[in-house]
Parts: sequence; C-alpha cells; structure tokens
Amino acid sequence: MAELPGQIRHIGGRMSQLLEQIYGFSRRSLFRVISMGPIPCHIAFIMDGNRRYAKKCGLEDGSGHKAGFSALMSMLQYCYELGIKYVTIYAFSIDNFRRKPEEVESVMDLMLEKIKSLLEKESIVHQYGIRVYFIGNLALLNDQVRAAAEKVMKATAKNSRVVLLICIAYNSTDEIVQAVKKSCINKSDNIEASNYKHEDSDSDIEGTDMENQEKKIQLVDIEENMQMSVAPNPDILIRSSGETRLSNFLLWQTGNTQLCSPAALWPEIGLRHLLWAILNFQRNHSYLEKRKKQL
Amino acid sequence: MPRHVAFILDGNRRWAKRAGLTTSQGHEAGAKRLIDIAELCFELGVHTVSAFAFSTENWGRDKIEIDNLMSLIQHYRNKSNIKFFHRSEVRVSVIGNKTKIPESLLKEIHEIEEATKGYKNKHLIMAVDYSGKFDIMHACKSLVKKSEKGLIREEDVDEALIERELLTNCSDFPSPDLMIRTSGEQRISNFFLWQLAYTELFFSPVFWPDFDKDKLLEALASYQSRERRFGCRV
Repeated sequence: MAELPGQIRHIGGRMSQLLEQIYGFSRRSLFRVISMGPIPCHIAFIMDGNRRYAKKCGLEDGSGHKAGFSALMSMLQYCYELGIKYVTIYAFSIDNFRRKPEEVESVMDLMLEKIKSLLEKESIVHQYGIRVYFIGNLALLNDQVRAAAEKVMKATAKNSRVVLLICIAYNSTDEIVQAVKKSCINKSDNIEASNYKHEDSDSDIEGTDMENQEKKIQLVDIEENMQMSVAPNPDILIRSSGETRLSNFLLWQTGNTQLCSPAALWPEIGLRHLLWAILNFQRNHSYLEKRKKQL
Repeated sequence: MPRHVAFILDGNRRWAKRAGLTTSQGHEAGAKRLIDIAELCFELGVHTVSAFAFSTENWGRDKIEIDNLMSLIQHYRNKSNIKFFHRSEVRVSVIGNKTKIPESLLKEIHEIEEATKGYKNKHLIMAVDYSGKFDIMHACKSLVKKSEKGLIREEDVDEALIERELLTNCSDFPSPDLMIRTSGEQRISNFFLWQLAYTELFFSPVFWPDFDKDKLLEALASYQSRERRFGCRV
C-alpha cells in the first residue's frame, strides 16, 4: 500500500513523457506540412509584455522577465526546428536604461545569468549548433555582462547551422550613427594612405588616383559597417503584447519586413502565433518575390 | 491629437479592379482622397500630414502607369487644389530623390513649394520618388563628406546630426506620431525608416480610395488609446 503513491507518481511521470512525445511528434509533422511552402530565412522578435504579465498574474516584477525567458527558449526551439536560420531578439534597448535603476539592475543580473547559461553543455546553443552574436553598443553594458557576452560570441564563433542575434544596449538609430562614424574613420584612413602614396608617385598618375579616390568617397557603404550586416534582412518581425510600433528596432533592415503584432504578452506567446505569422508570410511571398525581381 | 500623421496610400489599383475601373481612375480617386483626408486632418488640429505618393521602387511598374502617376502629380497643381492650399494656408513640400522626375514636373513642384513656403501652421509633405534607405544613405554620405572636409569631427556625429540631414528636415515635426497604411498590408515598404522609430502604426484593411472620415477617426481613436512609453515605464 505504501508503494501506491510512488507508483502513481511513476505512472504520472510516464504519462507526461508520453504526452510530450506525442506533442513533439504532432508538432514536427505540422512543421513538415508548413515547410512545403516558403519558410522565412530570418525572424525578429520584440519581446514586449513581461512586466504586464507579472502584474496580470500577481507576481513580483522580475518573474515576468523569467517567464519571458522560458517563452523565448520555446520560440527558438520552434524556429530552429522549422529550419529558420536567423533569429534576432530585442533583449534590451538603450532607451530601457532610463527605467528605474533597480529594474535595470535586476534585468542586467538576469541577463548575466542567462548569458552564462548559454555556455553550458545542455543549453540550446549546443543542441542546435547556434552561433550567437551580441549586437548593440556593448560599451554601455557593465563589465561582467560585456565579458560574458564576448565569451559566448568567441565560444560559438565556429557554429554555422543557425544564428541567434541578441540586440542588447541597442537602438537602430545608434547602430546607424556608429556605422557612419566608422565610415568617417575609414575614409580619413584611406585619404591618409593615398596621400602617403602620392608623395612618391608621378604627377601623371596622380590625376587618375585622385579621381579614383573621389569615386571611393562617393561609394561610402554604410551597410557594410552596420552591426546587423552579419544577417540578411528579417522576413518577419513579431512584436508581442499588441503594441504596433518599432521602438527603434532594426529600422534600416525592416523596410520590406512583414510586421505582426499579436495581442498576447511575451510570456504567453506560443506556437500558434508563430505559425500564423509564417502562414501570412507564405501568402504574401510570391507577390514580394515578383516585386523584388522588378527592381 | 498627433502632430504629424503619415499615410501609405495603398490599394488604388485593387480598388479600381474591384469597381471595374482603370488603374489610372484608381489613382485619380486616390489623389482626391488624399486632399480630402489632409483637409480633415488639418481641421482636427494635426500640423503635418505626409503621404507616400510614389516610391523609388515604383519605377519598376509599367510605363503607362508611371506616366499616369507623373501626370497626376503634375495636376496636383490644379485650380481647386491651389485654392485649397492658399485658403487653408497649407505649406506644400515634395521630398524624394527627384533625379528621374521629368523636368516639367520638377518645375511645377518648385513653383508650388515657393508659393506656399510662408505658411507655418499646416504642412503637407508629399514623398515622391522617395525611399527611406535612400534618405538615410544620403544623410550619412553628406556627413561623411563634411567630416572629410573637416567641417565636423567624427566624434560629433550623433542622432541629432543625422536627423538634420534627412529630407524631412523641411518639417518642424520630422517624426510622425501615427502612420496609417491602408489595404491591409502590414509592411513599411521602405517609406520613412529612421523617422518611424517611435511612431504608432495603424494598419487599415480598406483600400485607400475608401479611407474616409470614419476610418480616419477610427485610426485616431486607436492612437489616443495607446500608451506611448518610448522604452521607459510611464
């Protein structure tokens, strides 16, 4: 008789394992069907609504972000299972630094914990062979978070199956400003280098060289110097919690991106929202491909 | 009330097809609708109305349609519109690349900009041959050139400096508070990119020529119900 509760627990455990396997199998079958249509190469997420979720469930503030992290892990799993190669997430905006110091600190502590966990053997990074990039003005982060981020980038640099871009201390307008500054520095380096060459060259050749230099100046490629140039532009941008705005995220890159704004708060985001976004993408895909060819 | 409302005028061709009309009739209906909606916005207290009249990407359309569109834009400077601009004291600006636009149209554009440049309280910005990427690129190139000439230092480059070089620098309110796109498509399609950083987006399922006062009020009501946080807690 004393064994019964243990037996029940054992059976309960087996049941939930079985249910999970059935669910996993159904999910993968569904993905095989969806994959018969075009699959986006890159999806970006604005993970909005953690705090409102915590308030709604009567939890303390930090728990919303923790629940948000679980939702993120599920989303990444679905995306990579579906064959989506690039996933970008808006983890922390430069504007978010203006929140209450206690909140910023608690978010930074959570980020540090989660960034470190990416290096563990059982983490999703190893499961899917993810290359991780941290995109943003990393100088604005505290030393520990920045060091952890750089460690993860170095450790995953050889992975090539799928890519995760984590935008942290990021603003699109800041990304563009940094790209312009780099271009200015590159140009002044180029000018110095060619001035140095001219000191030794023939005056005949000088004329042509100056012309080429002018051309180079005209061909300033801001795009090359953008941090997000490691990935193609997103095909879909999903912002949770029903807000329909970009909040200074990937402005340059989302000119032709399909925007989705499900009402669910980020911790409530699920497979159905992702599938809905992809089905809409598939619906518009042939029209967009035709337009691209016209350009 | 938003100070600057931007519109992506999408759906003219589909509206015309559904009504059994030609594409050019669709665009004409769309052009008229723009004036009506702009007038309504100004009456409601909006300062700046901007409209994505023609995108750089639209040059890929067939020649007949492009000719129609250019002629439509030229005829914006018709008697009744001119009367409206002066009566309501609306400043008109046209922003965009302008290198491929016919000379005659450029002349008309210049004339109307000159004629209305003194008006301060209402501003209609038409984006013709405009691309958000081109706008940012041209602003960045301009800054790189200035840095080469020693007019600015590389460390001076910041967001405000870039914003001053964008084509929307003709406006007191370069960043729209609300952007409305009709016809149900949920994309920016390379309209304002930098300027839409914090703009509330509203996607309406109706085609542009059907976007009337009720639909506009619906969009404005939605805008007013939103909580704009700009990244911080309010």
